[in-house]
Amino acid sequence: MNNPSKKISVLVVDDDPMVRRINNAFLNKYKLETQVAKNGKEAVEFCISGNCFDLILMDMEMPIMDGPQATKELRAMGVNSRIVGLTSRNLESEKKAFIEAGLDDCLEKPLNNRIIEYLLQSLQMAEKP
Amino acid sequence: MDVIIQLQRQLSDYTNSLYREGFLDDQFKQLQQLQDESNPDFVVEVVYLFFEDSERLISELAKTLSQQPMDFKKMDAHVHQLKGSSSSIGAQRVQKVCIAFRNYCEEQNIDGCLKCLQLLRNEYTLVKNRLETMFKMEKQVLGAGGSIPLN
Repeated sequence: MNNPSKKISVLVVDDDPMVRRINNAFLNKYKLETQVAKNGKEAVEFCISGNCFDLILMDMEMPIMDGPQATKELRAMGVNSRIVGLTSRNLESEKKAFIEAGLDDCLEKPLNNRIIEYLLQSLQMAEKP
Repeated sequence: MDVIIQLQRQLSDYTNSLYREGFLDDQFKQLQQLQDESNPDFVVEVVYLFFEDSERLISELAKTLSQQPMDFKKMDAHVHQLKGSSSSIGAQRVQKVCIAFRNYCEEQNIDGCLKCLQLLRNEYTLVKNRLETMFKMEKQVLGAGGSIPLN
């Protein structure tokens, strides 16, 4: 992120192939570098194998390993990427548990232009000393 | 040339009617804007993924609703998934039925769930037919040598 010529890298974690396809296309429109993981376990494995991301977009409900569990594991490993939960769950208690797992933010699905612009702004703000 | 303009106008009017009648919302418009030369079939691809997903989930819902004792938690999980995929492509009317359906699941209201399943089938069939018609009209425009107008 500190190198202005380096593209912002994003990991999209979602079990739904349609959502992965859509999110990937939205992020590419903003010239972001994207990778996708089908569940939380794949996301953890990506990071174990040395991949670093500026932003991780984490779905909440996924088979094998869900978003809160993956977020906890990533934080326990020392991953300090900005992790943003994306969920269509309305219950505040469910969102709260997800945030407490180590999210920086939790937003409502679906991803769209407005959300990406907000995320890019948040990344810039987080970079400022 | 006149033929192309006429086909483009028909397509544009038809697409506008889908927004006016609430079948689609701004999310679909944003998906259309993501389609470009490097991604020419993007909208058709994601819409067909939506069709596959919806048909699987509606059939799962019918199965769950026909079993005793009724598993409202399982049903809610299916409706939640359908709500997510319909909002991702901007199928607004399907999404609205999902919201009502989830409330009935929470209340464990069997009649309400049955009504919503029927409504869901109707709304899904309607939006599927409308989208397929729109894709056919787009093909006609492209076949005549025109480009797709952005609404």
